[in-house]
Amino acid sequence: MSQLEELKAAIRGHLDSLDCVIGWEQGYDPLHATPLFIRNESDLERLSISPLAVHNPATYATGFAGKKIGMVVRGCHSRSIIELLNEKLIERENVVLFGLCCDGVVSQRKIRTALPADPGFVEAVEIGDDALHITLAGEKTTIKLQDVLADKCRICAYPDPLLADVLIGNKHDSRPEETLACQEAFEAKPNAEKFTFWQDTMSRCIRCYACRNVCPMCVCQDYCIAASRDPLWMSQENSPAENFMFQMIHVSHLTGRCTECGECERACPVDIPLMLLRRYMNKQVQEVFGHQAGTSLDKTPPLLTFQVEEARIKERDW
Amino acid sequence: MERFITEANLQQFAATLAGKKHVLAPVASGGTTCFRRLVPGMRLDFSRMAVISPKDATFPRNETLLLVQRYVEESGKKLELKEQLPEGECIVIGSRPCGARGKLIFDPVYETEAIKDPYYLRRRDNTLFITLSCDRPESTCFCHSVGSNPADGTGSDVLLTAVEGGFFARAITPKGEELLADALFEEAGTRAEEAAAKQTKARELMGQAHDFSSAAAKLLERFDDMGFWQAQSNKCISCGACTYMCPTCYCFNITDDEAGLVSRRLRSWDNCMSHTFTLEGSGHNPRGTKAHRLKNRVGHKFSYYPDLHASQIACCGCGRCIKQCPAGVDIRQVVMAAQEYVDER
Ligand code: SF4
Ligand code: SF4
Ligand code: SF4
Ligand code: SF4
Repeated sequence: MSQLEELKAAIRGHLDSLDCVIGWEQGYDPLHATPLFIRNESDLERLSISPLAVHNPATYATGFAGKKIGMVVRGCHSRSIIELLNEKLIERENVVLFGLCCDGVVSQRKIRTALPADPGFVEAVEIGDDALHITLAGEKTTIKLQDVLADKCRICAYPDPLLADVLIGNKHDSRPEETLACQEAFEAKPNAEKFTFWQDTMSRCIRCYACRNVCPMCVCQDYCIAASRDPLWMSQENSPAENFMFQMIHVSHLTGRCTECGECERACPVDIPLMLLRRYMNKQVQEVFGHQAGTSLDKTPPLLTFQVEEARIKERDW
Repeated sequence: MERFITEANLQQFAATLAGKKHVLAPVASGGTTCFRRLVPGMRLDFSRMAVISPKDATFPRNETLLLVQRYVEESGKKLELKEQLPEGECIVIGSRPCGARGKLIFDPVYETEAIKDPYYLRRRDNTLFITLSCDRPESTCFCHSVGSNPADGTGSDVLLTAVEGGFFARAITPKGEELLADALFEEAGTRAEEAAAKQTKARELMGQAHDFSSAAAKLLERFDDMGFWQAQSNKCISCGACTYMCPTCYCFNITDDEAGLVSRRLRSWDNCMSHTFTLEGSGHNPRGTKAHRLKNRVGHKFSYYPDLHASQIACCGCGRCIKQCPAGVDIRQVVMAAQEYVDER
């Protein structure tokens, strides 16, 4: 039985007891997937788990408060679920997790760069074991999956779900923690250069808040301080400084909570490399608190708790 | 008036114009293509449709409506208000027909007997559009289903069509003719035929148009069916990507930025997909869920607006909301689901 069929059989067995199961199906064209909310057999038929199926189902988890749902989760998605559980934002008995041992998903941005013309001209896509064969404006192009793998997948240390009720696929050997060359190169730049970069890049931001709303951990979005009028925390002015300020708010509210699922960056319609900020903060959290969000159950994020003596902060030795 | 211009000369034309006026053009940077104010060193990117529409030209994401200066003097307090009407001309180069036409949806709202929005009107009257017709539709394009086509010049001053070695240029308005009088434009020769053939080919590639004529009534029929809207909005994350990308979405917010004795009244884009859009002072929210909000966005474009304004659908079919939606919500699918709805009870 193929992995997809195995997964479908597992979901079928649970459908009656669940409000829905969140997975993916083909989206508006053969190159794009879209989240699928499975409620019956005909929905289930459309399920797809190809490397184009990128969306983090955990984004929707808190929206189903009080209902029992299922979710198809990759390794990184399971981390978001664990973090939501740890923060008591969802309840374990209300979620059934169909785990996929994951070989990585694509970055649409990288596909766009790799293709000879805009991906909008796509006519057909064939997904091979290690390549995408894309027919674009009448011409066939082959792209190696390796070359268009999302950054998070290239350094993923947890490709197998850390929490699952059903596990599909073959487990991977344990992987070392790695860093991304592009992250290191950016961090090594002089501040003046980083400043110019963000000035320019943030001028593209339109404050649509897709980055905030797609974030599974951003749970107060309807009451976000970015939109509060009284007090008026943030100007509505659309300037690089204000736009960057919003990212500073987002990243600091995610301190020790961000599971590095990459959704914020993926959702940004104008391709702002937001993960540069998220990864930097996560690295600090790991260095200062030895904490990595969503990697083990029953851990409270360091800034949501208080220790009289922090193991790694040597206040007295100063 | 019909002319021809090479690509190099068009780049040169844009650069020269940018030295004198505010020019907005699609520019590639950071892996994406957006309309940006053209400054020396930038090149126009004609290879793809810009992510955000050219709406910024006539309806900027952010503008200062007025400045307030307060004075505290011995004789008492004084207040000075200064209106900040937009000055100068703007030229959009490289918009697509849908983006240029999108702004026409604003007119019946911002220019009525009772209300005239001076900021919008000034910008609209001082903005010219040099539009590029599309030679191939994207998977998300449906301009042909909403009363337009890939070579529609409505709302533009000049229409360009890519031909061998450059662009065939047709003036649509007298102001467009003035632009084409520039020495960088050459005799069009026989290129009109080549351009016409290209345009026909592009229209053919779009295939059959979808008939949205029943949408207005069918969407109203589903107005109270919240089950329908919940199913349609399952994957929506209530962000503003769709509305902010959209050439026809015209809603805004007004806030006062205070800094000591000075304050600025800002107008910025707002969107009906956000929770706070309809949040009332009492705490009540008539559109409290994303299902209510998606119903409004789709209903407004395909039903309420056409009902008020001569059956004109308030969507230009550019597909930006589909392509840029982080969750892949497809407005065509939502409207069709209402059109094809069969009551199974
Ligand atoms: S998704 Fe991108 S454009 Fe939208 S608010 Fe976030 S950074 Fe800005
Ligand atoms: S901040 Fe970005 S990477 Fe971190 S959890 Fe939220 S969406 Fe995922
Ligand atoms: S339809 Fe898409 S882009 Fe629009 S609010 Fe919903 S998630 Fe955001
Ligand atoms: S609703 Fe969508 S397709 Fe229609 S004009 Fe707006 S962005 Fe374009």
